Amino acid sequence: MDNLTGLTGIQIAQNIKNSKLSEKDACSFFRERINNNTSLNAFVESYEVPIGADGDSSLKGVPIAIKDNICIKGKKITCASKILSSHTAVYDATVITKLKNAGLKIIGTTNMDEFAFGSSTESSCYGVTKNPWDMQRVPGGSSGGSAAAVAARLVPFALGSDTGGSIRQPASFCGIVGFKPSYGRVSRYGLIAFGSSLDQIGPLTTNFTDCAHLLNIICGFDEHDSTSAPIEKKDFSKSLIEDVTGLRVGMPRQYFAKGIDEEIKNAILGVSRLLKEKGAAIVDIDLPHTEYAVATYYIIGSSEASSNLQRFDGIKYGLRESASGLMDIYKNSRRAGFGDESKRRIFLGTYSLSSGYYDAYYVRALKVRTLIKKDFDDAFKKIDVILTPTSPTAAFKIGEKATDPLSMYLSDIYTISANLAGLPAVSLPCGFTKNNLPIGAQLIAKEFDEETLIRAGYSYQCATDYHKRMPELK
Amino acid sequence: MPDEKQVEYVANLARIGVSGDEAEHLSSQLSKILGYIDKLKELDVDNVEPMRGPSLKNNIFRKDEATDSGVQEDILKNAPSREGNYFKIPKVIE
Repeated sequence: MDNLTGLTGIQIAQNIKNSKLSEKDACSFFRERINNNTSLNAFVESYEVPIGADGDSSLKGVPIAIKDNICIKGKKITCASKILSSHTAVYDATVITKLKNAGLKIIGTTNMDEFAFGSSTESSCYGVTKNPWDMQRVPGGSSGGSAAAVAARLVPFALGSDTGGSIRQPASFCGIVGFKPSYGRVSRYGLIAFGSSLDQIGPLTTNFTDCAHLLNIICGFDEHDSTSAPIEKKDFSKSLIEDVTGLRVGMPRQYFAKGIDEEIKNAILGVSRLLKEKGAAIVDIDLPHTEYAVATYYIIGSSEASSNLQRFDGIKYGLRESASGLMDIYKNSRRAGFGDESKRRIFLGTYSLSSGYYDAYYVRALKVRTLIKKDFDDAFKKIDVILTPTSPTAAFKIGEKATDPLSMYLSDIYTISANLAGLPAVSLPCGFTKNNLPIGAQLIAKEFDEETLIRAGYSYQCATDYHKRMPELK
Repeated sequence: MPDEKQVEYVANLARIGVSGDEAEHLSSQLSKILGYIDKLKELDVDNVEPMRGPSLKNNIFRKDEATDSGVQEDILKNAPSREGNYFKIPKVIE
């Protein structure tokens, strides 16, 4: 087999199973693509010998890449931060154990915004990842390396993490499928924590079939993560059905109000038309507290981050700047080790949690979070799934928002609410701008109703070919 | 809005060293961000319960049993400074 770029992960697995392709050749093929496209800067490290075990599943033998914030025992893990640049993981994350047990082959780690703080992968200590559709543009973030690698077919699929849109927004910028499961679906044991009430691991794939099969592998209760949900495991591949008859699709008025690019809006309206033709009912809905989501998220996310990042103190692991006293070791190591955006989030979070400001910022944000969740609870009484844009614009230029943190934060406006409410959500490719940049549509479902997202997304994919288009690499 | 003095106070709480210039820069950026966040004050939340997480209905306890993960040496290998089986830091007692 000469060229595997046009094959899905499942097709590669089938070829391996039928002995038309060896696991070794599959890995070599993608390793060569990684080595030939280092200008994308999608990978932090690619392994000469893939990491795997002799497990079995529908994806046995297929290569996969992992965001650099998920622990792989014996391998470097850095969160794209100077403070962890020499750190080796001492245990496997639960998702890594599951991938090994399923026989997948881990071929490397992917670039990201430092500690997953960002929407462009520009805050990585390794430099920005390029968008394979336009090398002058960002791939989105924070899982930008995973998204760029999958879009460029440097690997059939990858894992990322999503705290406020970090799987979905880069998937949308790169023209692939990015799935954030419900809070509690996937164990975060071994994921370096950012916002513990928001973080979730999920797959970035080129299509819904691979997405469903990867979810089957990584989902499930884990006693090592007290937030993982003790609920029945489902076979998501059974939701790969081309049928949306009777599906009630809600379109929130607030998401189409202001600031949305016309091309994006038209592409999303195109999705709703197609779903309607296939038998779905389109309903206008209201999510009245949408405009407060970004502010709520940046208080809660930064507060949790400032707490989680206290562990990087230069004592037990990570960078240590020498100093004569303990306090100066902390201050100098953290000053030298954290980048600007990490410092901003730590400051914002520490300030929100500090005496005198705790009620005014942190507790108030938690209360607004309740209102945002209630908006969804009310909406889901009338509908099954919500359709929105993933991002207000297509991929922006490198440097365009780098000096204005607030404008960067506002680019997450459509993805943040699903994390605040703990809901499953997916971004799927639904068109291209006149500049040939991918556009993503977001679907959000009820808590633990991943099946509806897969059925709706798969049905859309069966009728379109946006997910089959590949960027031309130099 | 945090002025430079407050930024220095927060920097101390966060254990991150900052110079005067950095404090000034952070103060102006944080003021802009907090200015946007003040939007939340438009809402009446007096009778609203705070939501701390999506599924944190009950705390889950594991069995209180000692286990040995057998990775002591691997953990110590990541330490910037060690002596034997200890993390090493400068003397803290006069």
